[in-house]
Amino acid sequence: MSTAVKIYVPRDSAALALGADETAAAIQSEAKKRNIAIELVRNSSRGLFWLEPLVEVATQKGRVAYGPVQAEDVARLFDVGFQNGGAHKLGLGLTEEIDYLKKQERLTFARMGITDPVSLEDYQAHEGYAGLRKALEIKPTDVVQQVLDSGLRGRGGAAFPAGIKWKTVAAAQADQKYVVCNADEGDSGTFSDRMTMEGDPYMLIEGMTIAAMATGATRGYIYVRSEYPHAIANLNEAIARATKAGFLGDSVLGSGRAFHLEVRKGAGSYVCGEETAMLESIEGKRGIVRAKPPIPALQGLFGKPTVINNVITYASVPIILARGAAFYANYGMGRSKGTLPIQLAGNIKHGGLVEKAFGVTLRELVFTYGGGTASGRPVKAIQVGGPLGAYVPEQHWDLPMDYEGWTAVGATVGHGGIVVHDDTSDMRKLARYAMEFCAIESCGKCTPCRIGSTRGVEVIDRLADADRQGKPEVKAQQVKLLRDLCDTMVNGSLCAMGGMTPFPVLSALNHYPQDFGLSNPDKKAA
Amino acid sequence: MNKTTGTARNYPSSPQQKATVRAVLDARSQQPGALLPILHDIQDQLGYIPADVVADIAEALNVSRAEVHGVITYYHHFRSEPAQGAVVQVCRAEACQSCGSEALWEHASKSAAGHNVTLEPVYCLGLCATAPAVQIRDKFHARVTPTKFDRLLAQLKEAA
Repeated sequence: MSTAVKIYVPRDSAALALGADETAAAIQSEAKKRNIAIELVRNSSRGLFWLEPLVEVATQKGRVAYGPVQAEDVARLFDVGFQNGGAHKLGLGLTEEIDYLKKQERLTFARMGITDPVSLEDYQAHEGYAGLRKALEIKPTDVVQQVLDSGLRGRGGAAFPAGIKWKTVAAAQADQKYVVCNADEGDSGTFSDRMTMEGDPYMLIEGMTIAAMATGATRGYIYVRSEYPHAIANLNEAIARATKAGFLGDSVLGSGRAFHLEVRKGAGSYVCGEETAMLESIEGKRGIVRAKPPIPALQGLFGKPTVINNVITYASVPIILARGAAFYANYGMGRSKGTLPIQLAGNIKHGGLVEKAFGVTLRELVFTYGGGTASGRPVKAIQVGGPLGAYVPEQHWDLPMDYEGWTAVGATVGHGGIVVHDDTSDMRKLARYAMEFCAIESCGKCTPCRIGSTRGVEVIDRLADADRQGKPEVKAQQVKLLRDLCDTMVNGSLCAMGGMTPFPVLSALNHYPQDFGLSNPDKKAA
Repeated sequence: MNKTTGTARNYPSSPQQKATVRAVLDARSQQPGALLPILHDIQDQLGYIPADVVADIAEALNVSRAEVHGVITYYHHFRSEPAQGAVVQVCRAEACQSCGSEALWEHASKSAAGHNVTLEPVYCLGLCATAPAVQIRDKFHARVTPTKFDRLLAQLKEAA
């Protein structure tokens, strides 16, 4: 063979955490030893994490996958000629034909695992920057209209229509406007932002640039949590390359319109995922929530009009511009348009990233894609939408995913994170943890959140004590107190931290009363 | 909860460290919202933020010392004193809990005692599909069992 074989080894954090660097090094040295010419590409992850490190080789038929490949497997793989697609027990066939991947509807994650994340050439060869070029051809108001018509809603959790935010900022008069990306993905069970920043950073950069062109903003910030060092490194490299190539800077693609972009690193504060706390943090202050109004679209960063969206929201924009609003709006159901990258996590056999149009059910996600629990035990509870999301009981597993439909039964789509628990999980402990987490992470500005969460931990502890000591009247009293406290937190907190912490607590109490030592549940909606 | 809360008066900065801080301030203080980038730079280079440089930072940014102190103590990431040995973070968020991270945390607490490490909880490393997750220095590890944890600690000792 005269030309080098292309071999792909992911450099996504999860793949690295499972030994991808060691696997890559073994492939390099083994190829050298055998005198086989290879070109090793460190791609991003396809998001099939139970198969990571997932090694792919380019063959005439397409890319062939092997996984999970540990360093010690590499010599045997060369023995069977895997670089030409040779058969091996780790062989998975053509990557694109893997069921988990084939059945998805990947719009935002279309490039994920395929390209070299920081290669601008790769990005453009796969439809990258088609959206921005389109946006520069039409009027800014038409760009906003496209986003409005697509029905895109914020993918960070609140699900506010992105186009309306953009329209407000575009209409505001100011000497300076900003585009800010909330990349403080702190919810347990979510990693689609991390994957995007590590695996397809130009998609986020392009989405933010389109937002800037649409609204007249000239500066942008990406606020990334410090727990994501690889994301920060990749973004910085991508921004430098995009600036050098003229996609960012004083004149974006020669349009005469400026957009400068910078990464800001967070410092380990969960509440900075709330948009106003994040703005305070970027401004160099403690991340304490601001009261609204004024809304950030009018008075945001440094008091100026600011577009704030999360990673997946911006990342959804390039394809909307490139292919048109109608194309995107054709996916989904009701007022939930397009697709959502859903993250299957926790105690699940096939954990990973599944992008589907709205309308998919939890049962399909957890059992058809996820394959049930990793432990092989029955699924007991599924928490959806992060630490502030409810535990969804089996009666709702067949409900199509839709913002309004889920809200009606007390569930939260949130950022699309799904955490599975098997029957060994203790829901009382998880409810207590929710309160404890709120107590640790509360910014302290409002009393229901700051004090309520601490009291919540105490009440749940007293409830457990009463259960152990067999005091039913004390138990009943503490349950009443807990509900009361949750009511105060829901209705009296400034932001989602205190306002939603009761969701996991109450859903645990309502749907799993036996874990609280209650046999006769006092059913109330979460 | 996941940071040291000592008074930090035992760790004054050396002249060399002061110079590092000065260089950071010169490079950053004109940047809008410069405080977090400054604190990150200082901690990345010194391993912590010495209490006696708070006044220098405050002066460079024209804010009060209380404001700078408030920011340092608000964020879990910033340290007012050096970490002992390698920083070992065990994720204790829900996804990791569903795969046994509470038992791993208990095990780690005992194991870490015999090693020169700073053990800390962390609430999500974004490795939720391959839980439980651990970060040691700058390296991530997924599906960490107690046995694997001890092996990682042993490797750390070997490397030292």
